[in-house]
Amino acid sequence: MASVTGTAPALSTGASAPPERRRSNWVPYALLLPGLLWLFVFFVVPMITLFSQSLQEGSIDEGYTFTGNVGIYAEALQSYFPQLLRSIGYAASATVLALLLGYPLAYFMALKAGRWKNVLLVLVIAPFFTSFLIRTLAWQTILSDVGPVTSFARSIGLTNLLQAVGLTSNDNLMASKFAVICGLTYNFLPFMILPLYASLERLDPRLVEAAGDLYASPAQGFRFVTWPLSLPGVVAGTLLTFIPAAGDFINSKLLGNTQTVMIGQVIDAQFLRVLNYPLAAALSFVLLVLILALVMAYVRKAGTEELV
Amino acid sequence: MAEQLSGDLRLVGLTKSFEQFTAVQPTDLTISQGSFFALLGPSGCGKTTTLRMIAGLEDPSGGQILIGDKDITSTKAYQRNVNTVFQSYALFPHMTVLDNVAFGLKRRGDKDAKRKAEEALELVQLAEVGRKKPVQLSGGMQQRVALARAIVNRPDVLLLDEPLGALDLKLRRQMQIELKRIQSEVGITFVHVTHDQEEAMTMADTIAVMNGGRIEQLGDPATLYESPRSTFVANFLGQSNLLRATVTGEPGSDGTVVVRSHDTDLEVSRAHLPDGIREIFLGMRPEKLRLGTGGGPNQLKGTVSDVSFTGVATQYLVRMPWGRELTVVQQNDGSARAVVGENVTISWAAEHGFALDAHQDADAGVDTED
Ligand SMILES: Nc1ncnc2c1ncn2[C@@H]1O[C@H](COP(=O)(O)OP(=O)(O)OP(=O)(O)O)[C@@H](O)[C@H]1O
Ligand SMILES: [Mg+2]
Repeated sequence: MASVTGTAPALSTGASAPPERRRSNWVPYALLLPGLLWLFVFFVVPMITLFSQSLQEGSIDEGYTFTGNVGIYAEALQSYFPQLLRSIGYAASATVLALLLGYPLAYFMALKAGRWKNVLLVLVIAPFFTSFLIRTLAWQTILSDVGPVTSFARSIGLTNLLQAVGLTSNDNLMASKFAVICGLTYNFLPFMILPLYASLERLDPRLVEAAGDLYASPAQGFRFVTWPLSLPGVVAGTLLTFIPAAGDFINSKLLGNTQTVMIGQVIDAQFLRVLNYPLAAALSFVLLVLILALVMAYVRKAGTEELV
Repeated sequence: MAEQLSGDLRLVGLTKSFEQFTAVQPTDLTISQGSFFALLGPSGCGKTTTLRMIAGLEDPSGGQILIGDKDITSTKAYQRNVNTVFQSYALFPHMTVLDNVAFGLKRRGDKDAKRKAEEALELVQLAEVGRKKPVQLSGGMQQRVALARAIVNRPDVLLLDEPLGALDLKLRRQMQIELKRIQSEVGITFVHVTHDQEEAMTMADTIAVMNGGRIEQLGDPATLYESPRSTFVANFLGQSNLLRATVTGEPGSDGTVVVRSHDTDLEVSRAHLPDGIREIFLGMRPEKLRLGTGGGPNQLKGTVSDVSFTGVATQYLVRMPWGRELTVVQQNDGSARAVVGENVTISWAAEHGFALDAHQDADAGVDTED
């Protein structure tokens, strides 16, 4: 509003300036307003509440009082460092797997599928029609100890291999690191595929042709043209996969065992079962800061690699 | 490698069909080493398809492509010593201009890629923009980068697909001269695709006029212009007046043949009359016609219906008694200009006419240029 009144004198001196031009000065900000308001009410305020919660002491029965107890962070880190580390590790593994699975699929959809493009796109999104929980529960059935997948894995020696590399602890697939990472990969795969698809779809196939014309073999064409031009999709996809995967608590709960507990599961338990709100809040905050730091380092690294 | 003579580019029965549709009819063509060759034709006649087959970006449905004695028909694009300047430039947006230009050299493991790329940029007078990204350049500059990127590899054959299409007229003329200069400097075989007949004529040593997937006529610009062999070429390459006529006499001692058109006897050089046809179109270029009787023995009377002054010349439309209008272009050399409604005589010499078989569409190729 201030800008409108502020420019009022200009109106009297320069009558030639059309009023539309001044209006366009505040219109973009006005359009931002609802979103900013939303973020403030549902993100900033809860963040502050969470942070203050983490520095309170007391119990659910007696109520909490703010004491500025920063020691809670040391306690949180000390007690749950393995879970924190594990979450990052699992999320990173799932992200890499999703990239390896998603990239060829997105590539095919964007550049080779022709009229099947839309059908494939719908299929990628289709899992969202059932709830996250149901989909994860379905994996319990798929990987069940007596199911065909497990017996097939046993017959080809996959279970032995997984056991040897420590992804499972017996000759089953369920209730293992392996199952948790599979679940995470599966659940967040669409978040990887869609941005990849969007950036590959935008890729001008004539550029790849030009690379071929300039003596680049198909592999070199991919390495020097397709891959760098799809990097924005890779960055977006990995972030959209990694961030929710790192905080996930459903997969480790339903598909894991006591040795695969992720930080999200701990926070869930502290909030809803142990009712240790300050500790839960502190853990949430630690996770948030950790993810933020990793993402920033990653984006900075990716930013130097010629993002377009 | 560049200095080594690679030999002529030869197309032998080269053809391409997309499902039912034949985009390029079986074509035989030899383009000699080091020449500037233009492929001229209207939109959709198969120019790009021909070029893409030579580049290896499109698999031919039949025929062969040879450079010298080497059959490259089944060689992959990246293994051919052929480079393309694409219609859309196709510069890599994520690389600097210099990296774009050095791309081909680097793929072939040239240790001197950077220096050669800089030299190539100098050749196209863009030495100072090497560190910029393609989007930061104007259309004309991008076009020159695309040219440098292709030429730096010193290919056996350089293919140019309407590289000047996006430029305004002035820049286009400038680039035409530039291209011609570069070609004579580096001595690479240029195959230049265009649908601009003027561009083809100013630049090329040899022009192939394509129509409907076929090469209609092949020759140097002057021959194509003076002696077109089809109405399409006559109309597409410049303008032509076509009169329906019948051959009535035998060749005379002076090397001319008498033909009759609209109850008037006209003469045409024996050399410009194809063998064995009697029904012809007699063609004359507008600038070969004279207002008045000074142009030669062939004379027709008509009425001026339109006069347009174009600076160096004046263009008249003269209506013939049978209704058709002939176009006459006169140099503005100081002689008096005719006015609309004036009755005039048009005259021309026997050697300035050319005869075409009348069994074709008189209007083929009219108005297909831009
Ligand atoms: N991939 C394709 N599939 C089917 N038809 C095609 C394909 N590519 C080209 N054609 C057809 O082949 C014909 C020749 O196309 P081409 O691109 O060679 O024309 P052109 O002479 O380069 O035209 P322009 O001057 O407009 O660039 C056109 O009729 C076009 O529709
Ligand atoms: Mg074309």
